[in-house]
Amino acid sequence: MINIEKHWYDVVVIGAGGAGLRAAIEARLAGKKVAIISKSLFGKAHTVMAEGGAAAAMGNVNPNDNWMVHFRDTMRGGKFLNNYRMAELHAKEAPERIWELETYGALFDRTKDGKISQRNFGGHEYPRLAHVGDRTGLELIRTLQQKIVSLQQEDKAQHGAYDARLRVFAECTITELLLDETGGEKRIAGAFGYHRESGEFVLFEAPAVVLATGGVGRSYKVTSNSWEYTGDGHALALRAGAKLINMEFLQFHPTGMVWPPSVRGILVTESVRGDGGVLKNTEGKRFMFEYVPDVFRKQYAETPEEGDRWYTDPDNNRRPPELLPRDEVARAINSEVKAGRGTKAGGVYLDIASRRPAAEILKKLPSMYHQFKELADVDITTQPMEVGPTCHYVMGGVEVDPDTASAGVPGLYAAGEVSGGMHGSNRLGGNSLSDLLVFGKRAGEYAASYTDTLGAKRPKVDDKQVAAAVEEALTPLARDGGENPYTLQSDLQDVMGDLVGIIRRKGELQESLSRLSELRERIRKVGAAGGRRYNPGWHLALDLRNMLVVSECTAKAALEREESRGGHTREDFPKMDSKWRQVNLVCALTPDGDVDLTHQPIPTMTPDLLALFDKSELAKYMTDKELS
Amino acid sequence: MTLRQFKVWRGDAAGGELNDYKVEVNEGEVVLDVIHRLQATQEPDLACRWNCKAGKCGSCSMEINGMPRLGCMTRMSTFEEDETITITPLRTFPVIRDLVTDVSFNYTKAQEMPAFAPPADLAPGEYRMQQIDVERSQEFRKCIECFLCQNTCHVVRDHDENKPAFSGPRLFIRAAELDMHPLDARHDRKEIAQQSQGLGYCNITKCCTEVCPEHIKITDNAIIPMKERVVDRRYDPLVVFGRKILRRDQLAATVPAGPTVHAGPVTVADGQAPVDFGRETRPPQPAEVNAAGHVNLNEMLSDRAAAASPFGDDITFPINPNTLNYYHPER
Repeated sequence: MINIEKHWYDVVVIGAGGAGLRAAIEARLAGKKVAIISKSLFGKAHTVMAEGGAAAAMGNVNPNDNWMVHFRDTMRGGKFLNNYRMAELHAKEAPERIWELETYGALFDRTKDGKISQRNFGGHEYPRLAHVGDRTGLELIRTLQQKIVSLQQEDKAQHGAYDARLRVFAECTITELLLDETGGEKRIAGAFGYHRESGEFVLFEAPAVVLATGGVGRSYKVTSNSWEYTGDGHALALRAGAKLINMEFLQFHPTGMVWPPSVRGILVTESVRGDGGVLKNTEGKRFMFEYVPDVFRKQYAETPEEGDRWYTDPDNNRRPPELLPRDEVARAINSEVKAGRGTKAGGVYLDIASRRPAAEILKKLPSMYHQFKELADVDITTQPMEVGPTCHYVMGGVEVDPDTASAGVPGLYAAGEVSGGMHGSNRLGGNSLSDLLVFGKRAGEYAASYTDTLGAKRPKVDDKQVAAAVEEALTPLARDGGENPYTLQSDLQDVMGDLVGIIRRKGELQESLSRLSELRERIRKVGAAGGRRYNPGWHLALDLRNMLVVSECTAKAALEREESRGGHTREDFPKMDSKWRQVNLVCALTPDGDVDLTHQPIPTMTPDLLALFDKSELAKYMTDKELS
Repeated sequence: MTLRQFKVWRGDAAGGELNDYKVEVNEGEVVLDVIHRLQATQEPDLACRWNCKAGKCGSCSMEINGMPRLGCMTRMSTFEEDETITITPLRTFPVIRDLVTDVSFNYTKAQEMPAFAPPADLAPGEYRMQQIDVERSQEFRKCIECFLCQNTCHVVRDHDENKPAFSGPRLFIRAAELDMHPLDARHDRKEIAQQSQGLGYCNITKCCTEVCPEHIKITDNAIIPMKERVVDRRYDPLVVFGRKILRRDQLAATVPAGPTVHAGPVTVADGQAPVDFGRETRPPQPAEVNAAGHVNLNEMLSDRAAAASPFGDDITFPINPNTLNYYHPER
């Protein structure tokens, strides 16, 4: 007899990072009973890793900034593949979301006149990133966490218990979404999962589920992502009948540490470059000037002298090419390494030590200094860092309605990294923290209002689905002599890193698909030793099928898209192709569990938004037919 | 690459033991790398928390050779080649399994801590604070909640009986952070720390500061200043005298601790309490300075014919006496 703990909620938020917490706050403020499911402890979410800041056109540092400029930058960064409506909402609402955080107790760095300070960042025309030193993500998560506690205190005063209306289920993993399929329509009825601590199962009956599970980076070997990033939300959405878009676009952060191994994958924030750091190859050459693409030629400095002047006089000089969008920098580093001008560990040098006094580095990049000193005994004020591209962020994700964050299946919502469309083919630094807040709020708001429309038609959990989920979860434990989950994960990482990495080729992508299908068979035979209580081997075994299906989506879409754009670079199709700009690649799951890939036209931008761009600029992205 | 000797505690609430392992160690690795290798090659169900592996999330807290540390921030190169490294779970919290402990104590205490109170008269976007004023609180907001300070604190380490009354260093810095927040509308943070968080249990041995991976000066910058000001009020002879000679209704309703400049207005009934020294007054504004940090003395540039006022040029005299924290003795 299997024991299942049952809970009844209006809205269940899966994921306790920035988007999840913001969604939960909004749903609770709308008067709903809300559960937050956190795969780790409360407050440990991956959001804490964000260093640079949150982009919002508040205009505190440069009054010329406004939502239209921010919108333009976002579309440019995403190479015009973004869902324009998401980019528009994001640019318009980000400042309100940031200011709101101050009322929750956030303490951002300040300008001289006491406003929130904003810093420069790659791809942003004006200083735009609200920040707290280089630990902005931590500030954001802590602030939201503390706001949740403050709402719980209100509930305690009113209802007598902290978790009367808002409860955090820490160290709890959802393995399956449950659907009510009566009446021919699939609707969300709940979620099924297990407590990591006890291994006991838990069932949430809820008509609305917000996915806020983050990304997929654990499918790559060199990654900045934590163990949680196994694409759970992507896979849950697929299995529930939702679609994924743009899965071929993965952002490789250009400057992750590659040596020493204790810090491999750890990001060196872009602000190192924003504050004067430059990239050099092993010949000591500052190589970025040779990698400025034509579309950016006008905005970037042509000589080191001009670039250097920009730090103090940005109005009369163009910015240095080290501040190009992330994909361009990652590609440049990759080319240098391939040409034999990289370090032994496969990176290049990022040098701020020789360009800024030690005291200034310490002041501007305190946690960066601290981190490398402690973790690797590297002193960034005296020696250059060894950096290279690191898997960092997935632009693709669940296809959502821009205004409501609805994922197409009634009752299912998605926000944050797990959703797709907002960032197009490449995300600008700083746009993820604001994305979390803007669309987290919207997801919570619309999930709450969806539950209002149900009345007596509240969906019911199907016991058969629960029984199937229990069986699926227990199988690896029951299997004697199954495949080792750690070996399988490592093999999957090898396939993705070697064949579906930063630079892609047709033959390799085809090979990756056949190796992934071999892995699919092996993952069916995964086994886990030990019992159900806090057993990481078992947890990984259950995560593997999510990682696999998401990797298949990425590989298939990468093979299909025959051009290079943003986070997708094909060596055999090195140019951007305007025809491909009109297409989103959409992944769905067939009844047999295979990935089905289709083409879908991208939404057409409204004339008022189009008018924000120069015709000559649009010509770089759009076909002649679209322009006329 | 070398084989190194490890002892790792394995077990659960019912008991456990130190197991011996030989694990490969490569140049540049940290203890958490070794635990991962142990999981992947020998003990797939070894329980251990971790997330970022970059010293930013505070998940992989453990005791390494008896010292509370983060596994991801303890370099293998800090040990001797032939040294056996012993890894055990945090001692202050109940063990769940292997290196994972039940840290819910900390979350319960956090729930009991009164939250930030936003100022009623400011809308979002209207908050103005100076960098110098937010920096003090920012130091405490660096906390990654690894709970090593809570684990090492001798008030609760091996003293479960103190746990109900004692919130621990993590929550003291939270109290200090809110106390120093320029716009927090509550002014009884120190009193709360003293009365319901058990600040008095702390006898400043600085163990928490020593183990903090973020190098927050927990004792010097948070605990001691809070203790001092609590002491100020509790033992201030005038206050004690006032408590003796005045009827309870003559004392100001909630007298905040110490005349902090951001103290909010307190209603004082007419003709009762003499003066409420905690009521809100305008902090003195410094004179305007130029880029070099000096007052502009050049008459050509200055908008007045003399030096800047030591009280700040934005104050005009005479000042309305009702806005001052001053009580005329003959009134």
